[in-house]
Amino acid sequence: MADQVGTAAHGEGQDPTRRDFIHIAAGAAAAGGAAMAVWPLINQMNPAGDTLALASTEFDVTKVAEGQQVTIKWRGKPVFIRHRTAAQIAEARNVSMGDLKDPQPDSERVKQGKEQFLILVGSCTHLGCVPTFGTGDYGGWFCPCHGSHYDTSGRIRKGPAPLNLEVPEYAFLTDTSVKIG
Amino acid sequence: MSDHESTYVPKSGFERWLDQRLPIIRLMNDAMVDYPTPKNLNYWWTFGGILTVCLMIQIVTGIVLAMHYVPHVDHAFASVERIMRDVNGGWLIRYVHSNGASMFFIAVYIHMFRGLYYGSYKAPREIIWILGCIIFFLMIATAFLGYVLPWGQMSFHGAVVITNLLGSIPLIGESITTWLWGGFAVDNPTLNRFFSLHYLLPFVIAGVVGLHIWALHVPGNNNPVGILIPQDQRRRDTVPFHPYYTVKDGFAIIVFLLMFAAFVFFNPNALGHADNYIPANPLVTPAHIVPEWYLLPFYAILRAIPDKFGGVIAMFASIGVLFVLPWLDTSRVRSMRYRPAMRWYFIIFVIVALGLGWCGAQLPDAQVIPGVPSFVLLDGELNSYLWLTRILTAYYFIFFLVIMPFVGLRETPLPVPESISSPVLSAPGAVPAGSHAEAEKKG
Repeated sequence: MADQVGTAAHGEGQDPTRRDFIHIAAGAAAAGGAAMAVWPLINQMNPAGDTLALASTEFDVTKVAEGQQVTIKWRGKPVFIRHRTAAQIAEARNVSMGDLKDPQPDSERVKQGKEQFLILVGSCTHLGCVPTFGTGDYGGWFCPCHGSHYDTSGRIRKGPAPLNLEVPEYAFLTDTSVKIG
Repeated sequence: MSDHESTYVPKSGFERWLDQRLPIIRLMNDAMVDYPTPKNLNYWWTFGGILTVCLMIQIVTGIVLAMHYVPHVDHAFASVERIMRDVNGGWLIRYVHSNGASMFFIAVYIHMFRGLYYGSYKAPREIIWILGCIIFFLMIATAFLGYVLPWGQMSFHGAVVITNLLGSIPLIGESITTWLWGGFAVDNPTLNRFFSLHYLLPFVIAGVVGLHIWALHVPGNNNPVGILIPQDQRRRDTVPFHPYYTVKDGFAIIVFLLMFAAFVFFNPNALGHADNYIPANPLVTPAHIVPEWYLLPFYAILRAIPDKFGGVIAMFASIGVLFVLPWLDTSRVRSMRYRPAMRWYFIIFVIVALGLGWCGAQLPDAQVIPGVPSFVLLDGELNSYLWLTRILTAYYFIFFLVIMPFVGLRETPLPVPESISSPVLSAPGAVPAGSHAEAEKKG
């Protein structure tokens, strides 16, 4: 009705009137305002400051005996610190890239001079279960949920997982102390 | 049926006063007392009432449990055990709530199969069906959120697996999971918000149930014959809801509650998993992780697809296809009583749906028929649950996308009666029409 009144007053036929403009502008302001009001309600679900502050952890790698693995918790997820034997390192290096689903050489997954320590996020890249140590067809890990096999470099070899186990950001602070995150 | 005239007559001065201001007694009367209901509804039609009772039980027991439960990773498991051991009658309330979820799903699946068989989703009832699909989806979400709260091993790793499903969405998947978790893994913020949403959703369900019933009362109930009751047959083909269906529904509810009680009192953990009585440990995943029984068919469909994102799509599509069902079925006959070919496809569909549930609980690599050798087809042994699941998943989708449209066009249906009374009255030895109708009258 308002449009018709406006049209009659200005005699502009079907052309947009000032009133149409005010309608659109008011609607746009209301929609924009609603979106801005909703954003904090959505964003509050993202990680809070204290959660982000817990982003790094330190660990003494001498605690891990050769051939063994220690699992620690980092950002709520398990992290595997595996002390590999020479045979396991050799096995990981001698895989041809053609056999890998997510090709990556072993050297890119460890720190130079510290090849015996393999540090991985222990969360299957399929649906996030924790793979079990030393089982599976490739001597690395086996995920009990849906049957993914990982090798001694934590690379996916068989099963539904699409990617290699993730290597977290980490650095050796000293010869024996590693900082993850 | 909304176009029936209101029969409510206020009986007292107060009722008259109220009726002019808030006609709530009139609404209740027209919806639950004098509401004209087809006279031939069988016991499959009692599950609507049963589901209403299930929802009320879940809300009441849930509110009580929330008075004792602590949504914190350090206290959640212990607070549930405290409810079981120390809170007065807590064991009963929690077992009613946890078994109530299973009972709710048993009833909803029967209710859905009934709608499917008798064509209750067809015009003019499409909106009722779609609202029902929304309720079903909300029920799944609520059940999943609730299962996480005890913070046992199955709770935790179930939450990890299901939230990781969303991580498979290309590009934005990781941001979505981080947002859902409120951190970098399923942790305290996740548990907190899951509790909040688990408390919210049942009330959303109750709201959608209100819409579902409102939409139902526009065309009125479908019935086993599947016809829309002709205007001139109203008096003969319908009976008032009360007392005819209040009593019938009431009897069915009592029988259903007997089964419910048998689970609660004699085998309260039969439908759960022992692993959920181990406190959540993010560093160790249970050897065999499965969802609750009512989600197994969808879990089976998820695992049938070799691609991670493809599996997620297939799983959501298996529920999504239900929403468009009214437009996939091309037959004009509602009830499968009069659809000789379709009823067989329906029976196979029920078996397939149950079979998918069975497959979802098995290890994919396990043999279906033990000891029978087979060969490797593509990526798995033919004699394995992987391939059985794939065959059943194929039928699930073919039923909706191919059989529904094509059988509807090709099939010759049996003659459908003109009214509900006519098949009865045309039978040999039927009583004359007038006296029969008289016998059906209320009172």
